[in-house]
Amino acid sequence: MADDSGSEPGEEVATPRQPEAEMAYGCLVSYSRRQKVIHPTRDRWLRTASDLLEDGWNMCVDVTSVDFLSYEGRRQVPADVATERFEVVASFVSYEKRERIRARVQVPADDATLDSLYSIYPGTDVLEREVYDLMGIEFVGHPDLSRILMPEHWEGHPLRKDFDTGAIPVQFKGSPASR
Amino acid sequence: MTVTENPTTNDDGADRPLASQLHLLPRRNSVLRMSEVRAAELADGDPIEGEGDQTMLVNMGPSHPSTHGVLRLMLEMDGETVRRSKPVIGYLHTGMEKTGENLTYLQGPTNVTRMDYAAPFFNELAFSLAVEELLQVEIPERATWIRMLMSELNRISSHLLFMATNGMDLGAVSMMIYGWREREQVLRFFEMVTGLRMNHNYIRPGGVAADLPDGWRDEVLALMDMLPPRLEEYDTLMTGQPIWRDRLQGVGTLTPEEAIALSATGPILRSTGVTWDLRRDMPYLAYDQVDFDVVVGSYGDCFDRYAIRLNEIRESIRIVRQIVEKMPKGDYRVQDTKVTPPPRARIDESMEALIHHFKIFTEGFKVPEGEAYVAVESPRGELGCYLVSDGSSKPYRMHFRGPSFVNLQSMSHMMADSLLADCVATISSVDPILGEVDR
Repeated sequence: MADDSGSEPGEEVATPRQPEAEMAYGCLVSYSRRQKVIHPTRDRWLRTASDLLEDGWNMCVDVTSVDFLSYEGRRQVPADVATERFEVVASFVSYEKRERIRARVQVPADDATLDSLYSIYPGTDVLEREVYDLMGIEFVGHPDLSRILMPEHWEGHPLRKDFDTGAIPVQFKGSPASR
Repeated sequence: MTVTENPTTNDDGADRPLASQLHLLPRRNSVLRMSEVRAAELADGDPIEGEGDQTMLVNMGPSHPSTHGVLRLMLEMDGETVRRSKPVIGYLHTGMEKTGENLTYLQGPTNVTRMDYAAPFFNELAFSLAVEELLQVEIPERATWIRMLMSELNRISSHLLFMATNGMDLGAVSMMIYGWREREQVLRFFEMVTGLRMNHNYIRPGGVAADLPDGWRDEVLALMDMLPPRLEEYDTLMTGQPIWRDRLQGVGTLTPEEAIALSATGPILRSTGVTWDLRRDMPYLAYDQVDFDVVVGSYGDCFDRYAIRLNEIRESIRIVRQIVEKMPKGDYRVQDTKVTPPPRARIDESMEALIHHFKIFTEGFKVPEGEAYVAVESPRGELGCYLVSDGSSKPYRMHFRGPSFVNLQSMSHMMADSLLADCVATISSVDPILGEVDR
């Protein structure tokens, strides 16, 4: 159910590297090795997820995130996708199709928020909490966006690339060494 | 923050409501949304405000014998009945994903094998398959079959561990001894092959660390002959016992819709009757060349989850027998000097081999840019590995989708309005491995 009515204007004027950019669910499509990846925009994230669910992608198996702050390689995205510092990556599975599809959403550093998928795929509850905890991306509409793996009073988000892995004083409640 | 149950957006001009799975979770209010700080402020036995004086908060764990390590449950109790609950995790969080970013691809398996410590081969396998997906290397057939052999034996040992702990949690204490005893036999074979009982670092990108030792066939067949009569004993001891059945049947039920909406995988999903097994539905390795059945339940209760695991051992035995028969000859790792270290003997005679050896163990091999998600069916469900490579010799980002971590959120739904005593059965039947939950 490729939704071609998506609001991507001026596609043809962009780099003519690929003659016709492949679209699915109103998003640009790319292939990473043998795996299909869609690139929804941040505004369309909920609509895309809803389209996926309606099209039989019945389980959202994974939500994770990448911080591209110090990335030195070439970002593997279609030419029309504007890259941002963060990327939220969600994997979906369809039991009927027996296939996987992956969605990569760009999230800017100065406004690290994204609509929560909880209302569409409730199974993302803990996965989004993990992303919030470790990467600091806020999911709008999540019922309980709190830290899940780190202690509740922890400061910072460890999986960000600017989070120092050097000697960090261990933060424990009430310990004299904590700040 | 508030939950919008039926949100609508019209950013693309379409006013149609968004599709949702939320209505599939009638017991979603059974998830306790309370911070640990707030819970700590409540003195023991204090009633929870706003709820009348009916309910109170009880902590179970983190060091409770039936919580499989360090799982803590915050239970909102109404007398003996659990109303809402929240699993509190993170006690074993050691930042393994972050650690993985600072280890080369060759060192990676040493790190990830410690995640799900009851099924270490699967972690190594998911990681190696993801690296190979990025490298686009074809591994030799024998390596594939060795990986399958070790995975299936590991599934057996992991499920035997479940049999042991499940029995112990529910009062069949002798089962604990039997389960550990049989598991130890499987671990003995692992030791023979890899040198270690656990945390093997045996499956590596490009193949496996070493070929199977002489006499492995007899050892495996002896194991496979030893196990079936023991499984019959388990049946006598537990499956048919009225006490055992009463304790498990109808306890901790989940509907198929709930299981799917909660992203549950593995025996929890299959216990509800959904036939979904990655080995069959998205075959990896050579699972399309062996014959086995996917075991499913029908009630989604603790008993189904127990019975599924017991029968999955039998299916794994079937698979292992076929693997022993079909094990091909050949290399046990790719012969690509850029990925695979040269054999020790070559280093003494070849300058090239010495250079490759030095490069691989100091710098590591470089993996082309890109990202990949690879999933395998671990004993607990879908174990996924998401890797992002920036072209260097270390993963730019390594993420593991731990099945225990995701499965844990279904626990609140299973426990809603059940007795405290049944909580133990439910925790046990989810079979969480906290090393993988917290990573």
